[in-house]
Amino acid sequence: MARINSPEKLEKARQEILSRRKPDAPCISICAGAGCLAFGASEVIDAFKAEVEKQGLTVDVDIKKTGCPGFCERGPVVVIFPEEICYLQVKPQDVPEIVSQTIKEKKIVERLLYVDPTTDEKAIHESDIPFYKNQQRNIICDNIKIDSKILDDYLAIGGYEALSKVLFQMSADDVLAEVKASQLRGRGGAGFPVWRKWEGTRNSPGEIKYLVVNADEGDPGAFMDRALLEGNPHSILEGLIIGAHTIGSNEGYFYVRQEYPLAMENLGIAIRQAKEYGLLGKDILGSGFDFNVEVHRGAGAFVCGEETALLRSLEGKPGEPTPRPPYPAVKGLWEKPTNINNVETWANIPLIINKGGAAFASTGTEGSKGTKIFSLVGKITNTGLVEVPMGITLNDIIYKIGGGIPGGKKFKAVQTGGPSGGCIPAEQLNLEVGFDELTKAGSMMGSGGMIVLDEDTCMVDVARYFIDFLTEESCGKCVPCREGLRQMHTILTRITRGEGREGDIELLEVLAETAKEASLCALGKSAPNPFLSTLRYFRDEYDAHIKEKRCPALSCKELISYYIEPDKCQACMICLKKCPVDAIEGGKKKIHVIIQEKCTNCGECFEACPSKFGAIKKLSGEPVPPPIPEAERTFVKKSKEK
Amino acid sequence: MDIERIDQIIDSHRGEASSLIQILLEIQRENGWLPREALDRVRERLQVPVSRIQHIVTFYKAFSLVPRGRHQVHICVGTACHVRGATRILDKVEEITGIKAGETDLDLKFSVETVGCVGCCALGPVLEVDGKTHGKITPTETAAVLKSYE
Repeated sequence: MARINSPEKLEKARQEILSRRKPDAPCISICAGAGCLAFGASEVIDAFKAEVEKQGLTVDVDIKKTGCPGFCERGPVVVIFPEEICYLQVKPQDVPEIVSQTIKEKKIVERLLYVDPTTDEKAIHESDIPFYKNQQRNIICDNIKIDSKILDDYLAIGGYEALSKVLFQMSADDVLAEVKASQLRGRGGAGFPVWRKWEGTRNSPGEIKYLVVNADEGDPGAFMDRALLEGNPHSILEGLIIGAHTIGSNEGYFYVRQEYPLAMENLGIAIRQAKEYGLLGKDILGSGFDFNVEVHRGAGAFVCGEETALLRSLEGKPGEPTPRPPYPAVKGLWEKPTNINNVETWANIPLIINKGGAAFASTGTEGSKGTKIFSLVGKITNTGLVEVPMGITLNDIIYKIGGGIPGGKKFKAVQTGGPSGGCIPAEQLNLEVGFDELTKAGSMMGSGGMIVLDEDTCMVDVARYFIDFLTEESCGKCVPCREGLRQMHTILTRITRGEGREGDIELLEVLAETAKEASLCALGKSAPNPFLSTLRYFRDEYDAHIKEKRCPALSCKELISYYIEPDKCQACMICLKKCPVDAIEGGKKKIHVIIQEKCTNCGECFEACPSKFGAIKKLSGEPVPPPIPEAERTFVKKSKEK
Repeated sequence: MDIERIDQIIDSHRGEASSLIQILLEIQRENGWLPREALDRVRERLQVPVSRIQHIVTFYKAFSLVPRGRHQVHICVGTACHVRGATRILDKVEEITGIKAGETDLDLKFSVETVGCVGCCALGPVLEVDGKTHGKITPTETAAVLKSYE
């Protein structure tokens, strides 16, 4: 493809792409995102290619490997266009039927459709499935329509139209005004108004300015940036180039987490293609504006998501945060003014330019506008990525979209904001989702992880888990974070082991306060949050651990015992065979007994016991009943007795 | 790893000291770990003090200063996997391999590591061996998976 050197030629190129494509021709889109690949999407893609060829349809049917549409729970996800028929959990053996029935005969393969668990109704289209129906998908909706390795796909859906508009029809002030009108706030965690960052960098003195895409998505349990990087990298790139033109920068960097190889690959391809088309590099679209980007791989350090640490890492140094001010907008990468925004923030920019800032701001709450992508994970029926309007209630996200808690369990809390976020309890499920609302509830928006916890989750253990993570990830530069977190971790571990002491909670509070007040960067300042928020809402669980040596969630290994209820045991030998330490006594027709001294509390027997028997019980804070006497252990089948 | 290849990598980054991390990452990826000779070469070519290289390779988790095992075992301990029982998978892996997370066994068979989040939370708990994902895994299945590797 020759370089496109005017907005007219861009439009012409788009029309050519569209004219080559027959809108009514069948297109099979298969999600090739990380979740679906793990479910075996590659085999499904291969099967489709082979089957389409076998049935002689290669010329007429398009097969697309797309990015993640979000419904990871039911992967691999296949959508057939133009009808938009959505098939879930597709296996290679389903492929011949889909091709002969749906593609050739235009018939629907009923068994692959979504079935509503409450009404038993089948949903043919994505938009009929409650998981999707209750979302507002402005950004992530494009993922299933395009193969991110093909720039033409992005152009076909109007890609780079916003860039063309910015370069030829708008002044930098106009763009800034639109971004300001949109009231877009940074999607990476802190929620700083984007226009203020942009304006700050733009007004900073100096010829050279840098732009950075923060793609160091490090929160465990969050993968929305990954889905955008893998599924629609051009949308991020387009946002970045728009930002560059507005701020007056000619050089940008992507800082990508090294654990995301597919994202690196797709991003690399996108950059190369954008250069070939003249959308990146010298004289973009013939406007005279130059902009280059480079991709840097992170080397595995959570703290590098913090902007000053990220900049040091980009400079080839250890990722240790530096004090602010000076802010990066004044003195950033190599001491030059630098504007850093998160992946999702950049991806919102083309949308704002196309639809207008006011339209963007029409969605949301007072302080938070637009939509936000969350990764809804943990103890939830529909795991996946969800894009919702700001201001939606947690209740709607968890029950209407997420389908509630699986296995008939009770909801306990939802953890938001990543390791430095907090837990929100059931009483607050009517909370509207927004930056300020979540902070007020003792948590935060963060980058958008939403981890659902049920009654089996111990809140003290959750706090211990996050503090453990942050202790590991503390860069070690300042004492309140490095040493304070270590001590907090020691105490929390002690509590979960039943060795908690009177006064531990107060000591934790002092350490938390110090880390909050005296740490240098956001990691240390917010690190005590998981402890503080669980204490705020679940103090009774802390008390039970410390005073009664009891874990109410029956989760802390050191505080529970396993016990076989003699009247429920069917002497089936399943648990006995599973026990790795031979701690179960019994035999055929002999009721089983756990020898407590030998038991390591691994829980294998608990899971092995068939649910219809449910003979194994977890106990905490109460003595284990003595084993039944040898003489009474002979198993008599109850039905025979009668 | 031969010096020529290391030089090629350094040259592809125009020998700039600011590319130190990217250069080390490439050597790590190709060789599996960072031998002393490689670090010496990087130091010499980029003209950076050995203390800075040492700081970087110990600060970032992607680097290893010892040879890695033939099979890379990753246990996801991201939050979603944690609440779905990742600790028990980790316990099982440590029991079978006889090493702790972050270690490599003496036969160089397994290197065990915990990872933050691999991005397929729907499948949690997740075990990855040599890049192959084993989802919704139980401790018993973990044992079977590890035993299938030579």
